[in-house]
Amino acid sequence: MASNEEILAGLAEIVNEETGLAPESVEMDKSFTDDLDIDSISMMTIVVNAEEKFGVRIPDEEVKNLKTVGDAVTFISGAQA
Amino acid sequence: MNAPALKQAPLREHTRIHGIGVFRPDVIVTNEDICQWIDSSDEWIRQRTGIVTRHRADRNTSVIDMAEAAARSALESAGIEASQLGAVLVSTVTHPYATPSAAAHLTDRLGATPAPAYDISAACAGYCYGIAQADAMVHAGTAEYVLVVGVEKLSDFIDNSDRTISFLLGDGAGAVVIGPAGSAGIGPSVWGSDGSKHQAIRMSHSLLDIRDAELASVAAVGGSLDDAPKASWPTMRQDGQTVFRWAVWEMAKVAQRALDEAGVTAEDLVAFVPHQANIRIIDEMVKQLKLPEHVEVARDIVDAGNTSAASIPLAMHRLLQENPHLSGGLALQIGFGAGLVFGAQVVVLP
Repeated sequence: MASNEEILAGLAEIVNEETGLAPESVEMDKSFTDDLDIDSISMMTIVVNAEEKFGVRIPDEEVKNLKTVGDAVTFISGAQA
Repeated sequence: MNAPALKQAPLREHTRIHGIGVFRPDVIVTNEDICQWIDSSDEWIRQRTGIVTRHRADRNTSVIDMAEAAARSALESAGIEASQLGAVLVSTVTHPYATPSAAAHLTDRLGATPAPAYDISAACAGYCYGIAQADAMVHAGTAEYVLVVGVEKLSDFIDNSDRTISFLLGDGAGAVVIGPAGSAGIGPSVWGSDGSKHQAIRMSHSLLDIRDAELASVAAVGGSLDDAPKASWPTMRQDGQTVFRWAVWEMAKVAQRALDEAGVTAEDLVAFVPHQANIRIIDEMVKQLKLPEHVEVARDIVDAGNTSAASIPLAMHRLLQENPHLSGGLALQIGFGAGLVFGAQVVVLP
């Protein structure tokens, strides 16, 4: 099981690969759409890569609740527990 | 007493695509046109879909008209007379009659009567479903040459104010002739469905809703007609994110199975011709399948939009026009869409 710091670092890597954004710009309070300018299609790519990386299932209906990076970290952490 | 010896149709070992033809309607709809109807921009649409224009048919051009034009061109390219056709399959979800089929009407127009004819309702997988059936018919000896048409007039089923799918859609037709071959020309079909996601791409409501609203209007006479429920013409809708996830990650597995079952690898391909749903889906599938640089990827969607059952033959025809040297090489084709349904094959390009 990964710590929240490890999940954040892993997510930052995935976001970097999809969008080219610097990993350090991926912070807990950042909004995927408003701050990181990630569109719905990129978001889906990030979600599927996160599922693979962390061994969790993120249902489609849950994706719209993941507004910030912190929301995603919390969800993944809870799903791993 | 000896049982009489029953004859079965002779099996044929190999099949291939003998010829291909298309029809592209000439009304061009730009992203600027689209932005009159939805609050968006050329850049937003290009970035999320890859689409710059779509071709749409005018009011007087029917599904049958488009199918006929593509079919005649495919027959000519195959060097086959309409009278030689042993079956006519039309994949469409936009022929505006539940019955009779577009295929029977088309068969008569082509002069292919009395060839068996029927429509296939498999949306964006319709063309690959048609190839699967035509291939099986020729193999099994139930037909020698089969015409497969993918045709859509999606512009009859869009809502200009819808942001989920309408702005992606275009019209057109593509046709191929499948027949016997001296060597393998169509790999095994990998096809299937997942009806648990039947709502992911759908019509906004059913035709019965229009009937019921009409009945209610009649019943309301004497009261206020304004209060009567009104049902509008049914149009297409989709859950984009659900479809995107399924299309990329599930369909990449299907495409890989089509390669495996054909006994080839991505290295052996000259072209990848996926259903033209969205350029982001195409690009992500190319990544998932790890297609080598030398594989030409069909991106007809940029100019043609998403034409459902017509998109694969339209894209294949264009690829061959722009790269005639690809003829005779192996192409991976995959269709996927409303149902949800999917189909994929490796084929030798005509």
